[in-house]
This record gives sequence, structure tokens and C-alpha cells, in this order.
Amino acid sequence: MADVQVYKRTPAEQQLAQRRSKKAMRDQVMMFSLMIFLTLISFSMVVAHEAGVAGFSKYLIIPMVMLFAAVQVGLQLYYFMHMSEKGHGIPQMFMYTGALLGFLIPLTFVTIVWW
Amino acid sequence: MSSVAQKKGFGATLWDWLTTVDHKKIGILYFLGGGFFFVVGGIEAMLIRWQLHKPNNDFVSAGLFNDLITMHGTTMIFLAAMPILFGFMNAIVPLQIGARDVAFPFINSLGFWMFFFGGLFLNLSWFFQQVPDAGWTSYASLSIASEGHGVDFYAIGLQIAGGGTLMAGINFLVTIINMRAPGMTYMRMPLFTWTTFVASAMILFAFPPLTVGLFFLTFDRMFGGNFFDHTMGGNTIIWEHIFWIFGHPEVYILILPAFGIFSEIFSTFSRKRLFGYPSMVFATVLIGFLGFMVWAHHMFTVGLGPTANAIFAVATMAIAVPTGVKIFNWLLTMWGGSIRITTPMLYALGFIPSFVMGGVTGVMQGAAPLDYQLHDTYFIVAHFHYVIVGGVVLGILAATHYWWPKMFGTMLNEALGKVTFWFFFIGFHLTFLIQHWLGFWGMPRRVWTFMDGQGWNSANFISTIGAFLMAIGIIVLVYNVIVTSVKNVKVANDPWGDGRTLEWAIESPPIYYNFPATPLVRGLDTVWIEKMEGNETGLTPAEPIKDIHMPNGSIIPLLMSLGLFIAGFGAMYRTEESWGLPVLIFGLLWTFVAMAARSLQDDTGYYIKKDEILRDLKRKGGQK
Repeated sequence: MADVQVYKRTPAEQQLAQRRSKKAMRDQVMMFSLMIFLTLISFSMVVAHEAGVAGFSKYLIIPMVMLFAAVQVGLQLYYFMHMSEKGHGIPQMFMYTGALLGFLIPLTFVTIVWW
Repeated sequence: MSSVAQKKGFGATLWDWLTTVDHKKIGILYFLGGGFFFVVGGIEAMLIRWQLHKPNNDFVSAGLFNDLITMHGTTMIFLAAMPILFGFMNAIVPLQIGARDVAFPFINSLGFWMFFFGGLFLNLSWFFQQVPDAGWTSYASLSIASEGHGVDFYAIGLQIAGGGTLMAGINFLVTIINMRAPGMTYMRMPLFTWTTFVASAMILFAFPPLTVGLFFLTFDRMFGGNFFDHTMGGNTIIWEHIFWIFGHPEVYILILPAFGIFSEIFSTFSRKRLFGYPSMVFATVLIGFLGFMVWAHHMFTVGLGPTANAIFAVATMAIAVPTGVKIFNWLLTMWGGSIRITTPMLYALGFIPSFVMGGVTGVMQGAAPLDYQLHDTYFIVAHFHYVIVGGVVLGILAATHYWWPKMFGTMLNEALGKVTFWFFFIGFHLTFLIQHWLGFWGMPRRVWTFMDGQGWNSANFISTIGAFLMAIGIIVLVYNVIVTSVKNVKVANDPWGDGRTLEWAIESPPIYYNFPATPLVRGLDTVWIEKMEGNETGLTPAEPIKDIHMPNGSIIPLLMSLGLFIAGFGAMYRTEESWGLPVLIFGLLWTFVAMAARSLQDDTGYYIKKDEILRDLKRKGGQK
């Protein structure tokens, strides 16, 4: 078998690691509650529309829900899938390139194929 | 598992090659497979040129001529140029970054076998007498109307081969991101590794559109779909868009690795660091990105409207800028260098004027109003052969001579190499230069014959002579390969004497675990740096010698690809033969069973013991 190396943390390192993981946990819980909150708003807006509350028109709700959805995708990627941490530059670059192409090509199709 | 060369029977050797997951062997397999299809495509080209050598020729029928041009284009792009480049990437890139293998050796093998069976499927169409005949672009209205199974062979064959290409691309991305040796930052990667990286990223984004397009075509032709049938609400132009969204990046996927090859050759044989390395990297990335923004310049005459044409014309011309940066950097690499004219360097020198000519005609066609005049004439044929033969094929031939000792452990004969170059180079210009004028004189492309008295006779005859000169060049190369393989004079680590990158610091061909200890990289051209500082081995190890983990070989990739190959025939004959549907299901099941076998099997590879590595080192004469 390969040489197995055992590494023991110093107390200072241990403390730092604990502080970091506490902060990470706090961030995760905060983002989780924010996402639940956003979902709650989306649902209540739709319910308000169904109930005929004045001011909750389709044209307000659809863009709002889409916006919330986009925010949630971002939070999901950056907090729960750890993209905000170090060493994710390359995946980010590929994802943004893909998203850009995935946006530009349908835009071209909409404007010059199905005009 | 012992590294001591043992005498093996034919069966054992064959089994070893069929099950190999070693990147060097897969590189050789890609090289041989691509080389075979290169010869097939070349024979098709010879038949095309013989048909056109005089007016009113009836050497081949009109239908057969369509088969020939379609298969020539498809074979050369998908089954010759790409696999040969993949061969070099496989054989060289892991060595250049100081890795022991690619990131996913199993998938690497799967990628090769899918290419192989896809190519085989496509070319079996010759034996079924139903050959793809709608051009390599296979525009939808024509390919839907094409009778027989020709276009079915195209759609399914390319689908299988394309899947293999996508896997290979992803594999190289992961390899280059994750498996670089300690100290090799992105800005210390050799240019061939960089261009492989960018080309692989382009494969990642460009091949899915091809997959989608081919599925649409498959469904339209074999399963009653109507994606491209306007009478049923489809849209025939969609195919052209999808094809070129893939097809334009594809030509950059081909040329970028060739740029990388020439960058290595220029700096090696000028004995200088590559001039403007950061700008070369930047230009490579920019070409990769812009390559996705220009596809509609293939479609100026479709009627997209002046706004769309103008946008795509400007984007197209913008690509000339990073390409120009590269050309000047190569010239300035040679400037003041101590140049040695070896065979690879000769190809590199021939490449610059040839490729610039192809680039300039490209900008001419990028001007939309002029393109209305040039579209579908021999000018287009001349242009893309200037960039693909003058760029990619010269790059492949250069790399064949340059890396032959690293891949096979013996040098190709330099004198014969130069003979090959001159025949090929002169033949190439003789064939295609005159075709620019044929285009101006109004000769349309893809015509199977032409009438006398239009002033095209002598030009076409000259073109045919050139094609045969190229063929002589390739025959000399094949002779060279056979002679040097028979003599089999073994060479040392760095037979060119001026190697700069990591592959030249290990033996030729490298031992199956490449590096006894992972090397430490201290800068760009790390071997050169080490040599200049008096380290004869060219390597500084980054770790002590220890056990090495290696993957086991497997026959499963071949079986998986074979299942898809069988399913392809089932899909094609589903509606007309009773065995069609069962064969389709059987083939897919076969593949799924093979996949399940791979998933359920617990194969964690094996370890090469430290003692064995030390024994190998001792035998080589105490390299420390």
C-alpha cells in the first residue's frame, strides 16, 4: 500500500478550524432560512393572485418569481455547493461560459430563425 | 505485474492492446486508426481529382462522385484529423504536465473505441452500396430527401464517434486542471498543453449541439420525426444553424492543437523561449471564445438579413487579430534564434505562409457582400483546404516527425522526411492555389464534371497533378515509417538534443508509469531550465520514490462501443426488416449490461512496488 501519513493539528490550528466551521454553519443556516423565506413569498404571491387580491397581477408575479428563482439558484450554487470557497475558479469559468453560450445562441435563434 | 519486457504471444499482445488503458498505447491506437482513415480519405480525394482532371470525364458516375466528396470530407474531419490529433494529445500531454496517465483512463479507452466503431460503421456504408451523399454538412432538405441508407450511416456513425470525442475532450480538461505536476501553474504549461486544454473546452461546448442535430436527423429519417420538414411545421434552416454552431468551433478544435504543435517546434528548433508566451495563451483562449460567435458566416446567402450578416461578418474578422498575434509571435520566436532546419521545422516554416494565405481568403469570405460572389465556388474549396491542409495536416505531419521518437522509440529518417515535405508542400500549393482562380472563373464546388470550353481545363489538370504529388509525399512517409520500424534503432531521452518540455526528460518510449517520481516544475520549459543549470537528467523530483497506483486494463470499453455499433444497424433497418427492432434493443441492452458490469465491478487498480521502480532505475544506469 501507499505510505499513509498521519498529520496532527496544533491547538491553534484546531481552534481556527472550529471557528471557520462554525461560521460556515451559521452562513448555511442563514442562507437556508433566506431561501425558505423567498419560497414562502413566491407561494403567497401566487395564492394572493388566485384569491384576487388587488395589485397582484400576473405581470408582476411572473417576473418576481423568476427573479427569486434566479437568486435561489445562485445561493444554491455558492453556499450549498460551496462555489464561494477557494479553488472553484475553473468550474465557475466553465459554468459562466456555458450560461453565456446557452443565452446567446437561443437569442440568435429567436431573432434570426423564428423572427 | 512486472515491467520487464517479456516475450508474449500474438494473442496476449492483441489482448493487451484491446484492453489497454495506458494513455501512450491509446495514443498510438488513435494515431493508427486516424492514419488508416487518412489513407482512406486520401484515396477518395485521388478519385475525385482523377474524375475532374479533364472535361466531360466519366471515370465515376455522378452519384458515386457525391458519395466520394461526402465521405472524403466526413472521413478527413471526423475520422482522420481529429483522431490523429487526439493521438498526439494522449501520447504527449500527460508527459508534458508530468502526470502518470490521464484523469479517467477507462473513459479514455472508451472514447477511442467509440471513435473506432463509429468510423467503422460510417465506412461500412461502402460495402452496403448505400453511401452518404448529402455532403459532409448534410444540409437537412437534401439529407432528408436522400434515398437509401446513406445518410443513416452518416447520422448514426457520427453519433457514436462524436460521443467518443466528447468523452476524450472532458477527459483532457480534467487531466490538465487536476493532474499537473507540482510547480506547473497554468502559465507554465507548454503551449501544446494549453491548446489541447482550449480545444477540449471547445469540444465540451461544441459537440452537444452536433449530438442534438444528429438526433434530430436520425429521428426525421428513421423514426418519423419532422424537425426539419417545413410542411409539418419543422424548419430546415435549423439544421444549418445547429450544424455550424458545432461546425465552426470544430475547425478551431482542429487548428488550435496544430498551433500548439508548431509553437513547440518553433521554440525547440530556434533554441529560444517562445516569444510572447502570455499573449500566445491569451490569443488561444480568445480564438476559442470567438470561435463560437461566428457560425452564421457559413450562412450569409441563406437570407438572415443585413443586420445578422453584418454582426457575424465583424465577429469573423475579429478572429484575424488573435491569429495575427500568433503568427507574429512565431516569427519573433525565430528572430535571433539559433535555427536548425529539421523536418519538423521545415513543416513549421512551410505552415506560416500557407496558413496566412488561408486566413486571408477567410477574411475575404468574412466580408458578406463578397461572400455572395464566392459562395459555393471553388474559391471556398481552396480556402478551407488552405487552412486545413496548410494548417492542420502540416501540423500533423510535423508532429509525426517531431514526436515519433517519443511515441515509438526510434527516429524517422530525416532525408526521407524532407523528401516527403517537399512533395507534399509543392503538391499542396499546386492543387489548391489554382482553385482560387477556378472559383473566380465561376466553377461551382461539388460538380461531378464540367463542360469543355469554359477555360477550366488546364487549371483542373494542374490541380490533379498537385494531388498526385501529395500522394507521393505520403507514400514516401509510409515507406519511411516501415524502413525505420524494421531497422528499429533505439534513441535516447532527447533525440533532437534541444528538448524543452518534460516529455524529453524521460526515455523514448516512456516506461508505463512515465515518471519514477513526479517531477518538480520550476518554470516554463522546465527541462531547458534544468539543463541550463547543469542538471543533465533535466528533471528534479518533487517527491521520494514510492509505490505508484495504476489502473487495471479492461475489455469493457470495447464491448460498450460494440453494443452501440450493433444497435446502429438495428435502428437503420427497423422499419424494413423484422430483425431491426430486436437488434436495436439487443445492442442497447448489450451496452447497458457492459455499463452495469463496470459499475458493479470493484476494480481499484494495483500498486507498483517501490522496489520494482528502483530496479527499473538501476537497469537504466542509475538515473537518480
